[in-house]
Amino acid sequence: MSIAPAGLEFEKVHVWRGDRHVLQGISAHIRPGELLHISGPNGTGKTTLLRVVCGLLRPEQGSVSWLGRSITTYRTEYQAALAYASHEPALKSDLTALENLRFAVGLKRRITADELLAALNRTGVGACADLPARALSAGQRRRVAMARVLAMNASVWLLDEPYTNLDTSGADLLSGLLQAHVEAGGLALVVAHHELELPCGIRRLELNS
Amino acid sequence: MWTWFYKLASPPYVYGVAAALMPWLLGGAALAIGYGLIDGLVLGPRDYQQGDAFRMIYVHVPGAILSLTVYMVMAAASAVALIWRIKVGYAVAAASAPIGASFALMALVTGSLWGRPMWGTYWAWDPRLTSELILMFIYFGVMSLRSAFEDPARGDRAAALLAVVGVVNVPIVHFSVVWWNSLHQGATIVKLGAPSMPGSMLWPLLSMWVGFMLFYGAVLCTRLQAEVLNRERQAAWVREAIKS
Amino acid sequence: MSVGAGQAFVLIVYRELCLSFRRPEQLFQPLVFFLIVTTLFPLGLSLQLSQLRDIAPGVLWVAALLSSLLSLDSLFKNDADDGTLEQLALSGQGLTLIVVAKTCAHWLLTGLPLVVVSPIVATALGIPTAAFATMMLSLALGTLTLSWLGAIGAGLTIGLRRGNVLLSLIVLPLATPLLIFGAAATERAISGTSTVGALYFLAALCVFSCTLAPFAATAALRITLE
Repeated sequence: MSIAPAGLEFEKVHVWRGDRHVLQGISAHIRPGELLHISGPNGTGKTTLLRVVCGLLRPEQGSVSWLGRSITTYRTEYQAALAYASHEPALKSDLTALENLRFAVGLKRRITADELLAALNRTGVGACADLPARALSAGQRRRVAMARVLAMNASVWLLDEPYTNLDTSGADLLSGLLQAHVEAGGLALVVAHHELELPCGIRRLELNS
Repeated sequence: MWTWFYKLASPPYVYGVAAALMPWLLGGAALAIGYGLIDGLVLGPRDYQQGDAFRMIYVHVPGAILSLTVYMVMAAASAVALIWRIKVGYAVAAASAPIGASFALMALVTGSLWGRPMWGTYWAWDPRLTSELILMFIYFGVMSLRSAFEDPARGDRAAALLAVVGVVNVPIVHFSVVWWNSLHQGATIVKLGAPSMPGSMLWPLLSMWVGFMLFYGAVLCTRLQAEVLNRERQAAWVREAIKS
Repeated sequence: MSVGAGQAFVLIVYRELCLSFRRPEQLFQPLVFFLIVTTLFPLGLSLQLSQLRDIAPGVLWVAALLSSLLSLDSLFKNDADDGTLEQLALSGQGLTLIVVAKTCAHWLLTGLPLVVVSPIVATALGIPTAAFATMMLSLALGTLTLSWLGAIGAGLTIGLRRGNVLLSLIVLPLATPLLIFGAAATERAISGTSTVGALYFLAALCVFSCTLAPFAATAALRITLE
């Protein structure tokens, strides 16, 4: 009966980009064990909304809170508990896959090389661990990015078009990982312009201009 | 008591205040500058040492003081805008920057012309001249940075941050004649104790200073109106204001 | 188990060093530029070595300033371009720590080599060896301050067209006190008078920028990341 301040909530978020009122009072509350699928045509502010929820972009109006506390006041704690995957895989092309993971995940939690290798194996790119990222295909880079999200052990997953460049097995793998994450009590916001079919409960947020 | 401060954060209110104040400021400026120029350039006595060349003081000194004052206004408005997210602050900073840069340029040029008869050279690399030149470069940097961004909101924020960072130069300009052995004359008005200048020179100078301040106010009001209209062009009150 | 600030700092510095050593030619370019610019002055002015000594401190410092500016552009730009800057910002360590670590790494990779190479350049310009200690100390302090000023400028100009020109426009006016005091310190070391005053000023500027610049640079990055 009580509305526990659990999970992630954003309320009446307004963002202007120049003259465009990109986000017009968007609100949602995502509890642990839920997945929010953000969809909509191009240019309707899906990535902008995700960046607001990350804390990278401050909205003109509206607020985002995690566990009942505003993310602007508790920024570091919130960001330590989230994993963000942007539209690009965000890998340094001169570093190997393993090194990329080490430098990204190593800032969030203490992790050993074995755990990182296990994450890479889980997403099917264990063989690429010692290859520089520029030698990887787009699909392999996307899988390395997925491994990074996996290795962070974060409770909040914020994924922007994570299915880009993935083949069918990769897409199935990602869906499996999302399912497992949500079932384990995590929550996820996924921006995808196609239909998501997952056994768990998916809530949908459709943005339109 | 703080309601007037909150009112100032409202663009239509600021627009109205600026529109109302502008004619008064301009009129006051005309009177003060008029008196200052007539008394200083025509009626006042010649200097014992420099003859008529010293009369440059009536333009050079107020210009230099204003270049610093305008920077402080710009930096304060920028800080208010950044810290409390009051958008009007960005408009004030954007409106003030070219005015301040012009005053700095004017101070440098008039000073240079005055330097020739007084020191025998158009330019010297002494602390005050150098720091004033740096101030002008910082003005240019702020204006360039603002215009380099495609998203005007980000340009405003970046320029505001730079204006606040550059404020360290202002005390350097002011105190440069105290801290270093400088060719430039020391402070005669803005210092502790009585001004060390005779009345016949002091009054026109003060009048020019006040006149320049009022002129800055008038130009700021005009530019501020334009800035506010541009930034708020989507708002309903702007359409009303343009129609009337 | 979360990662402490010290460990995070070391990890980020190590990351920067790794990245730079994978592209060693980018480490050498500013140094080569430094050497080339300093040779331009004697070639252009065709002075005797003893006359060069008079302009040497200024030439050395201008060259150091300009070559540092070359490398400042890459402080945040590479990470911003491939999206890893956002990952760093969202690492939970706080943007200020990231900025401090990256700037320190930047100095280690650009300022420190400059200081190490400076005796070679100084000899070519006719600066006596007795002045080397002061010169290197002044360069060390000055390049560190410049890295900090550059962090603010770089944070503001990431992703702008011709951002590096604007970066120079922003950083150079703020860096002129460094030039004045650094050259003065070296000048006094050459002529044998006391260098303490100028060195204290440089140290003060360095401390001032090390304490305040991180916050300004963090604010600049937040503006850019939005």
